[in-house]
Amino acid sequence: MNVLLSKNQLAAQASYAEFFGIKIAPLAAQIDREEQVPESIIKQLSTAGYLGAILPEACGGLNLDPVTFGLLNEEAGKACTSVRSLLTVQNMVGAVLNRWGSEPLKNKFLPQLTSGTRIAAFALTEPGHGSDASSIEMQVTEEGSFYVLNGTKKWISFAQIAGLFLVFGKLNGKICSLLVPSGAPGLSVKPINGLLGARGCMLGELHFKNVRVPQTHLVGNVGFGLFPVAFTGLDIGRYSIAWGCVGMAQACMESSKLYTKNRKQFGEPIANNQLVKRMLSEMAVDIKAARLLCFSAGKYMEAKKREAFGEILAAKYMATKMLKSASEASVQLHGANGLSNEYPVERFYRDSKIMQLIEGSDQMLQLMISKYN
Amino acid sequence: MTTTEQTQKIRDFLINHIGSDKFSDKEDLFKQGLVNSLFAMELVNFIETEFGFEISNEDLKLDNFRSVDALNTLVLKNKN
Repeated sequence: MNVLLSKNQLAAQASYAEFFGIKIAPLAAQIDREEQVPESIIKQLSTAGYLGAILPEACGGLNLDPVTFGLLNEEAGKACTSVRSLLTVQNMVGAVLNRWGSEPLKNKFLPQLTSGTRIAAFALTEPGHGSDASSIEMQVTEEGSFYVLNGTKKWISFAQIAGLFLVFGKLNGKICSLLVPSGAPGLSVKPINGLLGARGCMLGELHFKNVRVPQTHLVGNVGFGLFPVAFTGLDIGRYSIAWGCVGMAQACMESSKLYTKNRKQFGEPIANNQLVKRMLSEMAVDIKAARLLCFSAGKYMEAKKREAFGEILAAKYMATKMLKSASEASVQLHGANGLSNEYPVERFYRDSKIMQLIEGSDQMLQLMISKYN
Repeated sequence: MTTTEQTQKIRDFLINHIGSDKFSDKEDLFKQGLVNSLFAMELVNFIETEFGFEISNEDLKLDNFRSVDALNTLVLKNKN
């Protein structure tokens, strides 16, 4: 991979590895167990600038190029899926706001996102509508200079701590997107706990009962809320998740290599067993392949090419599929220990399933990949 | 790029998506059911990458994407 990265990217990668390896990875099991990302971590992410990784420097962001942003996600994913998810969502909403928000909205909210004063949530999914996002039922009506929202959103990452929601609804049958600050009268959040994986993502169900926001909180235009506004965020989300999966799989492989080297059966390390070598080699090759697809998607994004959309879809699909098989192999290689939460592979295995569903299920991605590649 | 070349570029993109060239430059592609709302995203993407400008919120209106003529006007306005 080194020959593909610039000196700056390599230096950034090293600093991300140090940050997430030292500050986040040791807390990943706790985050999973307690189902929350501690505030202290959010502060550290903010200080490092990662909450606004792809946002302009003028609003406190790092203005990272797509590949460097990918490297950040790989290292974050290697340490903790939930923390990586927080970075994903914060940058998704930030990217949407930066691209489609009015100047006053950007001036007000982007610095709050980069500083972590407000954690963002992307409120698209509803109890009855996931993949079929164009059928969302959140009702938006006009009332003087306000929009009024009524409806429910579900499975919204970081809803429990979000200070700003990017909400998608329908005004006269046309999809629009609105910024809704937390604490708006009529907005309530019901936490969702006990998920299979990505347990620190602090999911919530949002209830909107006559929630009023100024019409100036419209992001993009009415009728374009899904395409291209939401998709601007979903592109970033899929790209970020794809790299995160590469990091998770890399962590699984490293844990497996160490474990099989130390674990002795029949008088020798199980790493000497040819069947074990085969599993490790398949893992290594699959990870490299997924990383290259992510890298390719990043280069298309950097070049601002139309093909980036299809490349991102392919990278996300491949990376999540790869992670599912790599994490499963990793649990297998750890034997009974792999089933225990004393080893991180158990967590990665659970988390891997979530990755195949969020920001487009594998099946939805396949439908789009067949068209855009 | 001349206006004719620009029009041809837009037409080529649409023909490639629709799979037919049986539409006039004035025809409302959405009304005719030749394209759907997902295609609006592709159009935004196409216009931005091919003609080198970012579509503003003010221009993010379906009327600007309805026909070859409308797209031409949008590009000309932003190029100038």
